Amino acid sequence: MSPVVQLLAKRLSISVIVLIGVSMLIFAIARIIPGDPARIALGPNATAEQVVQLRDKLHLDDSIIVQYAYFVSDFARGDLGISLYTNRPVMTDIAQFLPATLELVFVAGLFMIGFGIPLGILSARHRGKAVDNVIRVLSLLGVSAPSFVWAVILMLLFAFFLPIFPIAGQISDTLTVPPRMTGFLLFDCLLAGDLRAFADAAHHIVLPAFALSLSGIGQAARLTRANMIETYDKPYIEMARSYGFPEQRIARRYAFRPSLIPSLTIIGLDFAAMLGNAFLVEAVYAWPGLSRYGVQVILRKDLNAIVGTVLVISATFLVVNIIVDLLIAFINPRIRYAERSRP
Amino acid sequence: MRRTLSILLSNPLSVIGLLLVGTVVFSAIFADFIAPFPSHRGAVVDFSNFNQPPHWPNIFGTDLVGRDLFSRILYAYRISLMLGVVVLAIAVPIGVTVGLAAGYLGGWVDFVLMRLTDVFLSIPPLVLAMSVMGVLEPTLTNGMLAVTTMWWPWYARLAYNVTRSESQEGYVLAAEIIGASRLHIMFREILPNCVPSIVTKMTLDLGFVILIASSLSFLGLGVQAPTPDLGSMVAEGGNYLPDSWWLTVFPSLAILIAVFGFNLLGDALRQVLGADQ
Repeated sequence: MSPVVQLLAKRLSISVIVLIGVSMLIFAIARIIPGDPARIALGPNATAEQVVQLRDKLHLDDSIIVQYAYFVSDFARGDLGISLYTNRPVMTDIAQFLPATLELVFVAGLFMIGFGIPLGILSARHRGKAVDNVIRVLSLLGVSAPSFVWAVILMLLFAFFLPIFPIAGQISDTLTVPPRMTGFLLFDCLLAGDLRAFADAAHHIVLPAFALSLSGIGQAARLTRANMIETYDKPYIEMARSYGFPEQRIARRYAFRPSLIPSLTIIGLDFAAMLGNAFLVEAVYAWPGLSRYGVQVILRKDLNAIVGTVLVISATFLVVNIIVDLLIAFINPRIRYAERSRP
Repeated sequence: MRRTLSILLSNPLSVIGLLLVGTVVFSAIFADFIAPFPSHRGAVVDFSNFNQPPHWPNIFGTDLVGRDLFSRILYAYRISLMLGVVVLAIAVPIGVTVGLAAGYLGGWVDFVLMRLTDVFLSIPPLVLAMSVMGVLEPTLTNGMLAVTTMWWPWYARLAYNVTRSESQEGYVLAAEIIGASRLHIMFREILPNCVPSIVTKMTLDLGFVILIASSLSFLGLGVQAPTPDLGSMVAEGGNYLPDSWWLTVFPSLAILIAVFGFNLLGDALRQVLGADQ
């Protein structure tokens, strides 16, 4: 087996263990709810028999271990139960709302990598100079506010004060939304060949995605800077300099590559933070993602929906981290060419 | 200590950080004396003076029921800081103990404890706190509980990494040879070497706890009215943009200033104490 495949197998098995743990944890949290979920779901006007019926249907009278077993066997069949809030299968609800959230997070991720890493490189190359200081203060500012603060400030500046971006929503009301195929609006526009709708949707996503990515940009810039400065102090860089290689080439080929690896690991973790923070940004920009649903089901103590939503978000996060790990394994020659991976 | 202080004071950014943190802490402690309208921390209504832009004596304007925004922000700082201190006071000992045990004892203890930590770390922080908060009643105590559940794993990770590298050091081996107990080695030999990284992280985290707590209340899952809270102030004011801009802008800046201050200070400490993450 090649080392990369071995690494993948190891990571996958750990992820499965972790995901089982996550499901137990969330299940336990959801079942310590004070009050009767069946009563809450049916409202104060329901009769006692109706409540008993629903408790029976949800297996609420069994022990928590039996309830968990029911949950796992349903989940294995792709069934997360019925949401008491929307009265639809939780899977259907999530399938409807998740793509918009993921789209936002992916665009924000692109911003994070596209702005954060170059800023970090620039900062490291001009260490101690004015450029470096400005970038350092700005990236620290980026990290220092929750994304809803950035969302509100950016909205005030670039949607109200200077109206260059739309205030809210995913696409203008005047346009016909292309048929839903993947659920990712930008993709759907392209698949339908509707470039006007695509441009409009892209215009709508810029502000929320940027607000969501600001803390990630700051984090990525800070890390890239720190890692590159560490690399810059290594003897082989000095050797490259004494050979008279141009600074540009030293930065790109010799200093940047090794420092990319630790940065990528943290970028994977930041992605998790963005999945959570998307809730905040979506609330500000009325983005039709998981946020509204998630907050509503939590406020209504909708057990199935809470468990399902958290589980799907965590699974997404684990998948992203496996991808990041593989990317690192692919970039890092010490893993790519290793005859045997670490025990 | 004096050397540490003099290095801190020689860097302008650290001085700004110290000043910001000092101001925030000072105004939280002495809110009763600084706030022009101390009674506005609670459920007071003054409809003759509601939703007013900044003017004297309401320098940050008034909210939708006529309360002085500046006074409410000062009291919100007090509650946020208290929450931050309590969360860290619980999360740090738990996390550090888990990390020390897993790192030093190794074997199945390591496997079980660190996988448990992984489980907590695989749920996006805000989502975990949200679900804990959702099943409990939204009170200040439960808010602390919710944030603590997501916070300890980071200290477990940190302590684990330091312990793993320290337990290879000569002084640990020496202590083992003279027959020191495992508890002694963990808490008396290894722990002191974790302190610089832990202190640095705690300074940074005081800011981040404020950030997460305000995010929870922004979503309506945190401290409930009439308790003043920066997150819920922003959420409330968001519906009145852009006309009543002061309702959102001042609480937003208040969060930014506090977290920025703790970040600057934490960064400076990291450089002085030489503690890497």
